[in-house]
Amino acid sequence: MLAEKIKARFGAEILSAQNDRDEETFTIDRERAYDFFRALRDDPDFQFNFLTDLTAVDWLDRKPRFDVVYQLNSLTLSHRIRVKIGVDGTEPWVHSVVGVWGAADWLERECFDMFGIAFKGHPDLRRILMYDSFEGHPLRKDYLYNKRQPIVPEIDPVVNPIRPTR
Amino acid sequence: MSLPARWKNKIVPSDPSDEIMELQMGPSHPASHGTIKFNLKLDGERIVDCDVEVGYLHRGFEKMCEQGTWTQCFPYTDRLNYASPCINNVGFALAVERLIGIDTTERCKYVRMIMSEVSRIADHLTCLGMASSEVGATTVAFYMLEAREFLYDLIEAVTGARLTVTWCRVGGMTHDLPADFNDRMKASFARLDQVLSDCDKLLSRNRVFIDRMANVGNLSKEEAISYGLTGPLLRAAGVSYDVRKAHPYLVYDRMDFEVPLGDRGDNYDRFNVRFQEMYQSKRIIEQAIAALPEGPVTITDPKVVLPDKEKVYNSIEGLMNHFKLIMEGIHVPAGEVYQAVEGGNGELGFYIVSDGSGRPYRVRVRPPCFLGMGALNKMLIGRMIPDIITTFGMINMIGGECDR
Repeated sequence: MLAEKIKARFGAEILSAQNDRDEETFTIDRERAYDFFRALRDDPDFQFNFLTDLTAVDWLDRKPRFDVVYQLNSLTLSHRIRVKIGVDGTEPWVHSVVGVWGAADWLERECFDMFGIAFKGHPDLRRILMYDSFEGHPLRKDYLYNKRQPIVPEIDPVVNPIRPTR
Repeated sequence: MSLPARWKNKIVPSDPSDEIMELQMGPSHPASHGTIKFNLKLDGERIVDCDVEVGYLHRGFEKMCEQGTWTQCFPYTDRLNYASPCINNVGFALAVERLIGIDTTERCKYVRMIMSEVSRIADHLTCLGMASSEVGATTVAFYMLEAREFLYDLIEAVTGARLTVTWCRVGGMTHDLPADFNDRMKASFARLDQVLSDCDKLLSRNRVFIDRMANVGNLSKEEAISYGLTGPLLRAAGVSYDVRKAHPYLVYDRMDFEVPLGDRGDNYDRFNVRFQEMYQSKRIIEQAIAALPEGPVTITDPKVVLPDKEKVYNSIEGLMNHFKLIMEGIHVPAGEVYQAVEGGNGELGFYIVSDGSGRPYRVRVRPPCFLGMGALNKMLIGRMIPDIITTFGMINMIGGECDR
């Protein structure tokens, strides 16, 4: 029912749709993502006012390599969907959705930190869980779980009081 | 001192000639329980900008889950929100079970629900006790920690451990409730009641406490929704969203309980929502114990659940079954699933992806307090330094869950 409505309304944006274990998943085009999400939030039929989660999955040998995965929820109509955007491995990027949901701010920073996916238009895209001089992106499948990192020289907090921010 | 462009829409200092002081608070600060750093820009004692730095407790939960079998993830989930590990266990087990397409026994669902609610009370007691001690009400902190100890005794009787329970398995649990669980629970709850009523008298109408909590850290309904807040933080703003009601799992749809709501979205409402939720959790537990069905707590599917030790030691089929499950892991069919449960801090979601082998391809946890920390900046700008302590306490940031 919900899936039919979304397909009818956003036929052009949706590349594929599937229903698996009672969960609706839509794969959409990267270029139109921002308008698609904003329409999903504002359309009275859908009212996806809540970004539950944003993450990525690395399919190392597949083309496109990454899936950026959005879990959307409507607190008013009480339904959920999942939206995916396929992103290729060389210089991966998607449009930021910080303008649609405030929650995307930290979630996109984490996704950038863990997968190295750039979010175009993010106001403050920098690492969040890892430190600034960390090399690589730990949740990529080609980052070995036991890989070591170089020792970081100590930074005197008096000389460098606060790291460069926004 | 001229202001950077990015402060234009934020609070302007009272006198433009005033110097902005930069102050780093944390990562190890006696008044913030948890390793977290606030990079503050201050005009006197007023916060002009606050950059919250998390990640000090990052242990690579999601990466490590990809290295072992599905069952080997359970110990890691204990260490997410270590104030309520049973809920994490249950959430992960439910996600994997949905991906495989199996259903657990009735008794299993009731027992999981009972232990989730016991954990929720323990979680709220930790949060409220610590938050009150930080505003000077140390007596309340010790009362609440004592009450939590009764609940940990209960959890220990069921799971064998106080904190790192590793108690759920795919398809069931390691232990059923002990035979005397009902008596133990009654004894624990009698003392819990006493503590809650004492703390209520000490705090709820206490002038000092209300002055510190009321109208501090406010977020409107719209902001709370936009920032992805869930649990007590969202409900304190007046949005009635509880995963147990909106997307029921286990047997919550058969239980009669209410969702306490605030209306101003400040710290005092958050405190009250948590306080009232403990009474509601008690109601759920009492109903569940009354309706607890008899029967096994674990299903008997040999592809998912380990065989009895008797079979393992006395028959080759049992031994092979055991060996395959331990060495190769449970073969979860390819696919993906998002399963949410209501954790102590809000919606705890597990998004898991399987490629059909015995190992998880991707385990993603949606940490409720990570999103709360993301909104902290919004709650603090324009407020005073002491407000950081109460607001941070009410977010109940648990390092294991926030940083994973």
